[in-house]
Amino acid sequence: MTNTISDIEKADTIIVMGSNTTENHPVLSSFVKRASLNGKTLIVIDPRKIVLTHHADKWLRLQPGSDIALINALMHVIIKEDLYDRDFVERRTENFEALAETVEKYSPGHVSKISGVDADDIIEAARLYAKAARGSILYCMGITQHITGTDNVKSLANLAMLCGNLGIEGGGVNPLRGQNNVQGACDMGGLPNVFTAYRKVDDDSARQSYENAWQVTDLPSKPGHPVTEMVDMAEKGTLKSLYVIGENPLVSDPDLNHAEKAFGNLDFLVVQDIFLTETAKTADVVLPAFCFAEKEGTFTNTERRVQRVRKAVEAPGYAKEDWKIICEVAGRMGYRMNYTDSREIFEEIAAVTPSYAGITWDRIEEEGIHWPCPTGDHPGTPILHTEQFTRGKGAFFAVEHASPAEMTNDEYPFILTTGRVLYHYHTGSMTMKTKGLNELAAECFVEISPGDAEQLDLQNDDMAKVTSRRGTITAKVQVSSMAVDGTIFIPFHFGKAAANRLTNAKLDPVAKIPELKICAIKVEKAAA
Amino acid sequence: MGNDMNITIDDNQLTFEPGETILEVAQRNGIYIPTLCHLKGTTPTGACRICVVEVKGAGKLVESCAAPASSGMEIFTESAKVVKARKEIIRLMLASGNHNCAARNFEIEDWTDFQMKVMAEEGAEQLCPVWGDCKLQDLAYRYQVDTKDMPPAAGKYPMEKVNPFIVRDFSRCILCGRCVKACKEVQVNNAIDFGYRGSETKIVAGTDVPLKDSNCVFCGECVDVCPVGALVFKPALPVDRSRKVEKVRSTCAFCGVGCQISIHTEENRIVRIEGAGRDIPPNCGSLCVKGRFGYDFVGSDERLTTPLIKENGNFRNASWKEAFDLVAEKLTGIKDQFGPQALGVLTSARITNEENYIAQKFARAALKTNNIDHCARL
Repeated sequence: MTNTISDIEKADTIIVMGSNTTENHPVLSSFVKRASLNGKTLIVIDPRKIVLTHHADKWLRLQPGSDIALINALMHVIIKEDLYDRDFVERRTENFEALAETVEKYSPGHVSKISGVDADDIIEAARLYAKAARGSILYCMGITQHITGTDNVKSLANLAMLCGNLGIEGGGVNPLRGQNNVQGACDMGGLPNVFTAYRKVDDDSARQSYENAWQVTDLPSKPGHPVTEMVDMAEKGTLKSLYVIGENPLVSDPDLNHAEKAFGNLDFLVVQDIFLTETAKTADVVLPAFCFAEKEGTFTNTERRVQRVRKAVEAPGYAKEDWKIICEVAGRMGYRMNYTDSREIFEEIAAVTPSYAGITWDRIEEEGIHWPCPTGDHPGTPILHTEQFTRGKGAFFAVEHASPAEMTNDEYPFILTTGRVLYHYHTGSMTMKTKGLNELAAECFVEISPGDAEQLDLQNDDMAKVTSRRGTITAKVQVSSMAVDGTIFIPFHFGKAAANRLTNAKLDPVAKIPELKICAIKVEKAAA
Repeated sequence: MGNDMNITIDDNQLTFEPGETILEVAQRNGIYIPTLCHLKGTTPTGACRICVVEVKGAGKLVESCAAPASSGMEIFTESAKVVKARKEIIRLMLASGNHNCAARNFEIEDWTDFQMKVMAEEGAEQLCPVWGDCKLQDLAYRYQVDTKDMPPAAGKYPMEKVNPFIVRDFSRCILCGRCVKACKEVQVNNAIDFGYRGSETKIVAGTDVPLKDSNCVFCGECVDVCPVGALVFKPALPVDRSRKVEKVRSTCAFCGVGCQISIHTEENRIVRIEGAGRDIPPNCGSLCVKGRFGYDFVGSDERLTTPLIKENGNFRNASWKEAFDLVAEKLTGIKDQFGPQALGVLTSARITNEENYIAQKFARAALKTNNIDHCARL
């Protein structure tokens, strides 16, 4: 997030796009709902009639995959009606002309046909956001899990810059991170192209500084492959081994039938986890690790706040801390990594990571600090880009609408979109151990609109057979007013009826994120 | 102007900010005024009247949680009139329901005997489960309200237990409305509200249905703010007060919000998770159903406890030495034969920064590959 969670309540208008916030980020959603309760304007843009729409002033129901067209239309109206922040655009940005030229084509009338959103609603939403003194944009995987994911995010950044909503309290472009430490895993260089603090592996001076710090030579300079490509490489036989830590790709990856084949093709699979997950079952070696309640360390949350994790209980059996396991393996492979405790590791992180340089465990004992925090006396940075953007001036990227990778046709007439439910977390390896959570959300379901259900002669609790070009699953029907005709939702938590057997592994060319939010399916009543 | 912003509370000359209530001025200056229905950050209801104070010149006692401070006020927080009113309010509350924590039986001034007696009755089934952690009980003792001759009133409405997480015992509800405020103004889930009228009044979910059939999402905020034993966390029952509870501050392990939590443990077992505090960001005391109740995985029997090595399609237990040697040997072999690009590491969005740092250092410096990623995109 460019801004903080508490900042949400300071906005005058909030746009929530592609985020089912009440189920995926429940506590953060209460900030949004309170803002609405206190008279702030809330605009929800989502293909499902999610709970947040009941708190919203406006719900724009867009056709899945029409995000760029819709955002361009909002900007079309804002420029046409001269509602944009001229001063901000002049002082802080560049390439405005190219943006204006591109969005000129996206009139509300034209985009109404692409997105299914009424032209008047587009105009009204544009005015509500542009006229607000402070406008906040929150988004999540509904924006990013598309083959146009990168361009979707750029479009939202365009919209925020156009209205001068960056670098101010109550503004911002705010991605909501879905896992406890996904922000930290990225910050720490758990990505194929960067070291910590996003310093590029193909930057000679960055590599040199890590070689010095780590007392090693010949760090690889070629960016590696993201997980989605590693799976393809395993299938082709060019990737021979995977070492998987605390993840369950054989439920969470797209197109599971393909992923299973690829994993099966590996010469050697190591899984380090706290449970024998679906992925761990296929491993050659399984290494038992500590869970969050058994160790000391830090997580970085969605607002870039580095916070302490503390040991509350002893770990079971012979389990070990993840870092100790890795250091043992590294040592046996001839590279020594010796640390007394995780605090010592954090000190090394601060030494090699400019954005974490001023953070110490002592400083975050009571309250976490938002990075960047370059020095020991720096208070941290709750709001990014207050003076200038990372690159100096903010660049508008003129972006065109593009269709999803897979379209519906006569054989596969429905769009499938996937996500989470309130009571479970990712592949359920943790939440499904709590009986009460299973009681409240026992199994997979196929969320379908009353209209579609009637047409398919399906009723609540019937079993539906759902098929895409890649696979089939069977799950219980849930007729729901959250669903809109033509779009079906299935949660991806449940290994037994894994929605990812159906999903499409086509990737965004830049971020390499799969298009989990759209694929074409058919739905039939399952034989009893 | 500045001189006009003065009030006196119990002979203390104090200043106030525009819009501040009497209660807020008192709390800011460390002057105790009891509250029950007051919930910081929500609109005052004045439902319980326990916070009444005497304002010189005003005919009636004033509810300090709702009354704004105004220039020149002279306020008495514990005058005889105030204490008499509070005693009566507490007496009526105790009489209104099944408040059987033995508050009614204690001998005036004899706190130790009272404690001993209740400890002896610990096993008594009907004893209120929040005994010792109840604002009404605290107030009954503080104001020495004797209800010895008053039989506990039977509840009008049956207890509700038909959900996994929250017990609603209406016989212990004092209708202060804090739970309603928490639900409607803090979490804004709008699941519960006041229902029926007069002596029939009840906190209802939806059209008076069980929580599981209402809009309730089991965030537990209502239980967290309930000052008495009307709302209780089910997984935390039964409470054994003889065991020592340790509390550790940490960060929630579910979504990316990073809620600050207090983990309560007994004998190496997590028995409860609470928000770390109303003043601690980012969650300010709030939690969701996963963060509050989803901790059983930690102590689950299904946890991996020893390294496993697969032989002929089946896992066998292995020692760490065997496992480490095998992993190092295999990875080295593949690296030597096919090059570092044939190796990949998936680090994790669940583990700590320190561990992620070690994982990428391992991939780059030991394996010599940049094939490292995690499930940020999934």
